[in-house]
Amino acid sequence: MSATEHGWLGKLSWESLVFSNFLESPSINEAVASAAGSLVILASIAILGLLTWYRLWGPLWRDWLTSTDHKKIGIMYIVFAIVMLVRGLLEGMVMRAQQAAAPDGFLHADHFAQLFSTHGTIMVFFVAVPFLVGLINFAMPLQIGARDVAFPVLNQISLAVTVSSGILLMVSLVVGQFSTGGWSAYPPYTGGDFSPGVGPDYWIWAIVFSGAGTTLTGINFTVTVYKCRGPGMHLFRMPLFCWTVLCASILMIFAMPPLSVAALMLGLDRYLDFHFFTNDLGGNMMNYANLFWLFGHPEVYLLVLPAYGIFSEVFSTYSAKTLYGYKSLVIATMCIAILSFTVWLHHFFTMGQSPTINIAFGIATMLIAVPTGVKVYDWMATMYRGRIRFTTPMVYAIGFLILFVIGGLSGVILANPTVDFQVHNTLFLVAHFHNVLIPGVLFGILAGYNYWFPKAFGFRLNDKLGRLSAYLWFAGFMLTFFPLYVAGLLGMPRRSFTYADLTFKPYMIVAFIGAMVVLAALITLVVQFLVSIRDRHKTRVPVGDPWDGRSLEWASPAPVPAYNFVELPTVTDRDEFSEAKEHGRAYQRPKNYRDIELPKNNPLGFILCVTSGILMFALVWYIWWLALISALAILIAVIASTFRKETEYIIPASQLEKDTEAWLALVEKSEAVSRDLEDSPRNVGYSKLEL
Amino acid sequence: MNLSSSSKSPGSIGNAHEAAHRDPAVVIFGFWVFMMSDLIFFGVVFAIYITMVGATAGGPGPKELFDFGSLFAQTMLLLTSSLTVGIATVTMRHERSRASFLFWVVITLLLGIGFLTLELYDFSEMASKGGVPSRSGYLSAFFGLVPLHGLHVTFGCLWMLVLIAQVFTMGMGQVVKLRFLRLALFWHFLDLIWIGIFSIVYFGGWVYG
Ligand code: HEM
Ligand SMILES: [Cu+2]
Repeated sequence: MSATEHGWLGKLSWESLVFSNFLESPSINEAVASAAGSLVILASIAILGLLTWYRLWGPLWRDWLTSTDHKKIGIMYIVFAIVMLVRGLLEGMVMRAQQAAAPDGFLHADHFAQLFSTHGTIMVFFVAVPFLVGLINFAMPLQIGARDVAFPVLNQISLAVTVSSGILLMVSLVVGQFSTGGWSAYPPYTGGDFSPGVGPDYWIWAIVFSGAGTTLTGINFTVTVYKCRGPGMHLFRMPLFCWTVLCASILMIFAMPPLSVAALMLGLDRYLDFHFFTNDLGGNMMNYANLFWLFGHPEVYLLVLPAYGIFSEVFSTYSAKTLYGYKSLVIATMCIAILSFTVWLHHFFTMGQSPTINIAFGIATMLIAVPTGVKVYDWMATMYRGRIRFTTPMVYAIGFLILFVIGGLSGVILANPTVDFQVHNTLFLVAHFHNVLIPGVLFGILAGYNYWFPKAFGFRLNDKLGRLSAYLWFAGFMLTFFPLYVAGLLGMPRRSFTYADLTFKPYMIVAFIGAMVVLAALITLVVQFLVSIRDRHKTRVPVGDPWDGRSLEWASPAPVPAYNFVELPTVTDRDEFSEAKEHGRAYQRPKNYRDIELPKNNPLGFILCVTSGILMFALVWYIWWLALISALAILIAVIASTFRKETEYIIPASQLEKDTEAWLALVEKSEAVSRDLEDSPRNVGYSKLEL
Repeated sequence: MNLSSSSKSPGSIGNAHEAAHRDPAVVIFGFWVFMMSDLIFFGVVFAIYITMVGATAGGPGPKELFDFGSLFAQTMLLLTSSLTVGIATVTMRHERSRASFLFWVVITLLLGIGFLTLELYDFSEMASKGGVPSRSGYLSAFFGLVPLHGLHVTFGCLWMLVLIAQVFTMGMGQVVKLRFLRLALFWHFLDLIWIGIFSIVYFGGWVYG
């Protein structure tokens, strides 16, 4: 495997293309692979074609790709995550179809293994993380009354490397084969001896680069929350979402390095013949398992904490009540963040520790249920005696409350090492983690998407279709994953592309039907989006406060201007915007208008996206000259950007005055609508004072 | 509590040019947070090294490979460079002449390069005795950790070169000063890591390996 064995295109050849296999030995298995590859290519061509046809390259470049605005970066994160979500869900469905069709399925074992590896990797690193980071980027600076995040260009760079890693995963559909080692990529199986192909290299570089992006994001958000809060915004006046963001960001800072180290060491083993995790010469794969889960467990809380934050906002807004037990929620969040570092060993109870150690980690795991329980009661108490409106986000939140508790309880069951010895590596585990990831993280994301959409684009999403989609998600989720608990207890191993024992078959068929309901939910989401765009003239909310919001992000017009606030609001209380509306401090004319300075557009992010993508591809395929050139290009681009002198531009006071006066005039002539009418065309984002 | 607004009077809220990201306190704090993350990175690699002391698989170990004479010289070079970078910071703070500032930066740079040269020399000596990473888990862990520090030092040297260029092209304005302050922090941080490497990797490895 030395570098010199390959030509100037490295390991790349005609045979690397997915289509070559299909042409040589046509089969359904190869057809599925080729179809996926073609889909990627056609979709890319279609996007490029449409952009050219509508002459959108200029606006795309000026308004988006080079933008340093946290709101736009957030939206780009979300668009990226949605694309990856569609791929990940489709892969899940193909796997469900295979297992429903087994024992005579249509996929080869290797292909099935690629599917669960990419599905897991994509869902965790390229859907859940970027979607949340996108929502945080959009909402958090607005909630704390800031102009932007602390480091706008760094924010751009984080997005750049996340997207280029995602593109690398898309490329792996067309060129070569992805890893078959699962999302956790355990060596020695993923080492050079057992996986000599390029698969694990795809995984390694995607993880290393996107992981670096996430670490930088964590730093950025932490500094933003600590240092960029607006006047009067004490920590204990922050909306709960910001607290969960702070804790999740700290988790990013502490938990991402072990993953990067693990992936890089695996890379050293594979590329340079190191012996960190090999079977021979003193390597030790348990080091990998420890490193991976030292990251992996905090990771799941990194995902779910911001989702808790979104639900907290949703419960309080749509119950028209202040959050119950704010301080206890903050403390519970911190407890969870800390405890999340003390439980990683429950992912490998069966891998040879002494019972004492297993029990210690088992108890620590069960302890997490305590602060989580506190939260659940706080959310229920928030709804108690509230005037609840069953809008889409609220429906998701209630579904979360019920289903997530079930998933959490199955986690407590798994935390008992003696039980885990029976059900580890079965579908019981698969059911458990989907049961927390889907109702917890995915529902949180979708609730946030429906909740903040009008703030970002100035019009509401269709609520009826939103609720339909939510109910389909509930039904689909339950049908897909509850049977897996049973199949797991019956002993069906996870990651099996087929099985001989037909007892499992009925459960697999129900699960497949469930997956089709999930597909319907996904389609409904798309339809909701399209219908909402069609109806946008009837659902505009230019005043900016469609849900009688309680925190500062609702205090500005929708869509939010680049500078966020003409005058940074002075915060005097929790639920600041509610207070302001109540005491007539909302919609005030600033005493005087002053110029605002904002960071200029910067091409650095885009350049790094392209160069890092090329670098990763070259590394995967051992194309050393290209790797060297792109690495140098990255270095030069970064250094050159530090020589830029004019990095800010000024929005003149006159412009601010014009914008604000127009907005205030609009407020003046708009009708204030009560909360009950929030789904009617009369809701222009000006909510009536109702106590 | 709220440091970003404490420097401004309440009356001047939302004033012109108050872009938070240029506030020195924010920039420096951000760098501390970055170093915290980097520290975890190093810490994890240290932990791997500790678990792999002894996993020599019959290959050469610390007793055969380490040259404490050269290590002593490297330590002295790096510690001295921490001193010189400190002097450079002081000259900058006291607005001494640009020449004296640059003088101390260049001395630091030379010391850093000297350190790297000796380190590379050490590695080649080790290799000639069969101490290469493909030989054993122990040597993999060694070459995962010590060159990681070396890479950081290389990066610091590059950063210094860029800053020297920027002193000439951009002048000693706030931007360049803040960058230098962060570089100095980074350099001290690497010094601390080196002390860890010396005591755990070299000394600890020698005692327990
Ligand atoms: C609702 C749609 C989904 C379906 C139908 C689905 C289906 C599947 C299937 C069939 C597997 C393989 C199970 C096995 O090992 O036998 C799997 C694994 C996995 N899924 Fe999903 N999934 C869905 C959503 C999600 C979501 C939203 C996430 C995360 C946010 C997720 C994360 C994972 C992970 C981490 C694995 C483990 C991969 C591995 O074994 O390495 N899934 N999923
Ligand atoms: Cu865990």
